[in-house]
Amino acid sequence: MAAGSGGIDALSQFRLEPALGPLGRDFHFTQSNLMMVIASVLVLALMWLGARPRAMVPGRLQSAAEMAYETVMSMCVDTIGPEGKAFFPFVFTLFFFILFGNLLGVWTYDFTFTSHIAVTLALALLVFVLVTVVALRIHGLHFFSYFMPAGVPIALAPLLIPIEILSYLSRIISLSVRLFANMMAGHVMLEVFGAFVIMLGGAGLLGIVPAALSFSVNVALIGFELLVAVLQAYVFAVLTCIYLHDAVHLH
Amino acid sequence: MSEQPGDHETSFEERLAAARGRQGLEDARSGPGKSPDGIDGSALAIGVRVGVELVSALVVAVAIGWGLDWLLGTRPILMAVFVLLGGAAGVLNVWRMFAPKRAPARGKGGRGKDVGVKDGRDQDRGL
Repeated sequence: MAAGSGGIDALSQFRLEPALGPLGRDFHFTQSNLMMVIASVLVLALMWLGARPRAMVPGRLQSAAEMAYETVMSMCVDTIGPEGKAFFPFVFTLFFFILFGNLLGVWTYDFTFTSHIAVTLALALLVFVLVTVVALRIHGLHFFSYFMPAGVPIALAPLLIPIEILSYLSRIISLSVRLFANMMAGHVMLEVFGAFVIMLGGAGLLGIVPAALSFSVNVALIGFELLVAVLQAYVFAVLTCIYLHDAVHLH
Repeated sequence: MSEQPGDHETSFEERLAAARGRQGLEDARSGPGKSPDGIDGSALAIGVRVGVELVSALVVAVAIGWGLDWLLGTRPILMAVFVLLGGAAGVLNVWRMFAPKRAPARGKGGRGKDVGVKDGRDQDRGL
């Protein structure tokens, strides 16, 4: 995985391999899918085990589950408004799926499924379609007034409407690329500095100091990765909420 | 946790706020939670965000222009037009990120009851 004979191979960590032996090969079940299942099971376990005691004074796990619930709930209600409660399950699922995917990826040997543009693009498309459907259901055809800013001379409409529509469509790309690029860049950096440690450490006495330096950079990077993992999941969820707010309220 | 009786909640909240104020914890609390700018306010993060917004609009525009050209057989024209529109849409995205808060009632689009939420939204645009 690290430094091969031909230098640093930073991208092979993103290659999909069949998981679960021959069964996975037959069903095209990759380690990415496996991590998605694990992330989902962990979220379910957190909520199920956390909610089970139903204690008045919560224990640690129940506290974590309640904090998770309340954080996302307040995010929904603050950003979308009172209507946000209807979207709580969606935002909660999205946030914790991405969060666990990001955090599991920091763990050694684990695969980060959010570092694939296919996955983040699918998530962004899901959000985009949901937002558009919600806007159409609530506002009907009035939704299309979203693309014509209020108080603009009608002569500018042929120019402004395409620009607004492009801006609306670019949400898919910016939402997916932001998450994908952050996760992928972090893991490439980890890989590169990890390879430095091995290559320089093997270079004899002179390489010890730079190897130690690269190693300490990697330690700092792991901490940074944890921050990015949480932050990007949060950003994804908040942007989803903002888009839902636009869909519910238009303008 | 949320099913507490109302009076206890408020008095406890007040006491908690007072205690936090005494300990000087209020600033730390209102930092990252309230304003998203506090989380990723660094220049690099802003730069990356602007870049993503600009490029994503352009990517969508080029894809649409190229696709329409392919459908209609007008090879370079529509793509050139859409590149310009995409650049404008990218600038619009960036403007939305950094735009000052909107006035509550602006033309026919202003809806009085949403003002509070709207302010929050425009602040959150920064993400």
